[in-house]
Amino acid sequence: MKRGLPLIIAVVTAVLLAAGWLQAGGLKNRAVRSGSTPDAAARALLTDIQARNWDRAYADLDHSNDIQQADFVREIAGTDGSLRTYSSLQGYDVWPVHADANHATMRVRFNWSSALGSLDEVRDLSVVRDSGAWKVVWPKPNFAKVPLSVLPVNYLRWDVIGRRSDDWGAATVDSPQVRILSMNAVDRPDSVVIVGEVENEDTVPAYINISATLLKPDGSPLAQQDSFDVISHSLLPKQVAPYRIDFPGARLSQVKSVRIDAHPLLIPASADPIIAVENQNVSKDALGRTILTGALVNQSGQIVNIAQVLAVFYDASGKAIWVSDGYVDQALMPQGPVPFAVDIPADVASRMHDYHVVVNHYTAPTA
Amino acid sequence: MRIPTPTVLMLLVSGFTILSVAQNPALQLPPTAVAGKPLAISASGQGKGMFYLIGPAGVLKQAVDFGQDISISGEDLTISGMYQAVACGPDGCTNKTIQVQPSDPARLNFLLHPSRVPVSAHNAVNATVLVFDRYRNTVLAPTKVTFRISLAKQAVSERSILTTRGVAWFGMDSRPTQGALEVTATLGEASEPRVIQQVASEACHLRMTATSNGRTVNLQTDPIRDCAGNPLPDGTIVSFTKLDSAGKSTVDTPIKKEKATAQFTVSGRARISVACGVVVGNEVALGGGL
Repeated sequence: MKRGLPLIIAVVTAVLLAAGWLQAGGLKNRAVRSGSTPDAAARALLTDIQARNWDRAYADLDHSNDIQQADFVREIAGTDGSLRTYSSLQGYDVWPVHADANHATMRVRFNWSSALGSLDEVRDLSVVRDSGAWKVVWPKPNFAKVPLSVLPVNYLRWDVIGRRSDDWGAATVDSPQVRILSMNAVDRPDSVVIVGEVENEDTVPAYINISATLLKPDGSPLAQQDSFDVISHSLLPKQVAPYRIDFPGARLSQVKSVRIDAHPLLIPASADPIIAVENQNVSKDALGRTILTGALVNQSGQIVNIAQVLAVFYDASGKAIWVSDGYVDQALMPQGPVPFAVDIPADVASRMHDYHVVVNHYTAPTA
Repeated sequence: MRIPTPTVLMLLVSGFTILSVAQNPALQLPPTAVAGKPLAISASGQGKGMFYLIGPAGVLKQAVDFGQDISISGEDLTISGMYQAVACGPDGCTNKTIQVQPSDPARLNFLLHPSRVPVSAHNAVNATVLVFDRYRNTVLAPTKVTFRISLAKQAVSERSILTTRGVAWFGMDSRPTQGALEVTATLGEASEPRVIQQVASEACHLRMTATSNGRTVNLQTDPIRDCAGNPLPDGTIVSFTKLDSAGKSTVDTPIKKEKATAQFTVSGRARISVACGVVVGNEVALGGGL
């Protein structure tokens, strides 16, 4: 009896541990780890990426393309204060596109949880069979290599100095003069959306926010919203930027008119960095959605940590019909192109005649 | 002695007024007085009593001997407006009102608006002056204010305007030349200068030229000026747009020393356009255009 009780406790503990392992998907993980199928290999890699287990994720890859672990980790985990460094892989979907005896293509939808909300990314991963096991061929990242050089940057900067006087009429500086160039109320399946463009008409930089109020037929307000982050808040002199204001749950049939207000503030700003938007094209992504793609080129000498792309789409008459936005999860290194893509709703894509892209950026202050 | 609770005292005085009778002390005072100037009030009657002077911003209380003049110092009359004088004796109270006028104009507040204005804008500059005496009472009597308008390298002009109920104002067009516009409002010894910036208006005849070096195209605008010939300030954004077989490329670049520059890599035939704000410039076709 003295030996019986410890033995029973040990057996029960072992049974419970085994049950827990099974419950946690141990068998499944073991199957996944083995790379017995292309799907299993892809899921094993994604599980490791989700757990930020870089060593095991890299070990699971096919190394025939000579990919380096540092490059792989840099691409997945991000660097230089990019949005990816503030993100984690929240979830993923995997489905096959093509498979034969030794090669398969798996389509993966990554769902990243970032500091600025959820970001989706779709990639086709090539999976190959090697010595009986399937392994993912991760494309070798192509980071821009800029030769060491000195880039003189001498663009203008505006500072706001002194303090406001409380005396009426005392010399002061007015807020910047901005103008709303266009405004269009669009009925969406689940919301009313106000889109348009705004211009800083002044000779000083402006920080701008736009608010809109939907008015009922009796003139009373139905809802009020502001542009939040779908606008380029900092506008340099004569800069034109799109804005979008969403009213979830509202219907255009409920709206008699829209009251829109721009709220400009005088701010210090710099004309640097300049970000070019190159090779813009409308195409279809792997899921068949219409997207606007291109590349951002930071022409400055400073790293831009987080960039946001805002694209306004016009119909044949030049009226703004939609504004799309998307964050770029890579940092913009000086002189190096970084690809971007933003969605275009199907109904907008069919009516779209032209578009204009602007870039919003955030650069962390340097010490 | 000043009592800083006029509301309570107003109630008291109202009570005194209701209780006043014909035998009460009589007050004799001029219909008007001037802010900051001493005032003598004659209080006829006999015996001792209490005198109250209730003004727009405070109450004065002092013991008095009826039959003698009550002296009010100028410091107790610095705020213009309606005052109520109340004298209370053993048999009740009596009261009278007096209007205290602002003293001579001595200072002014000057608002010149806006602080930045595009050149040649119609009626875009507004100058407003409020006239006060030395105690910051608004001087309601018509007063002549002189405005001296000066712009660098241009003749100085003057105009005089009479105030209406303490306010003088005028509107004017901005000048066709950019630079600081100084307007000085003068009233006797008081003078208040204000400066606003007249800035270039929209770009006019925006034009760029392209020089090609293989696949690279360098673009440079001519000096960017408004229709009056004023250069647009540095930092103003100019947008270049290129359309070729690789797609559309855009870059927003600031003006530096009156010009904006950009560089594109071109694939095949291309069309490049330039714009500044809502002003569209010329278009350049490379390789025959698209």
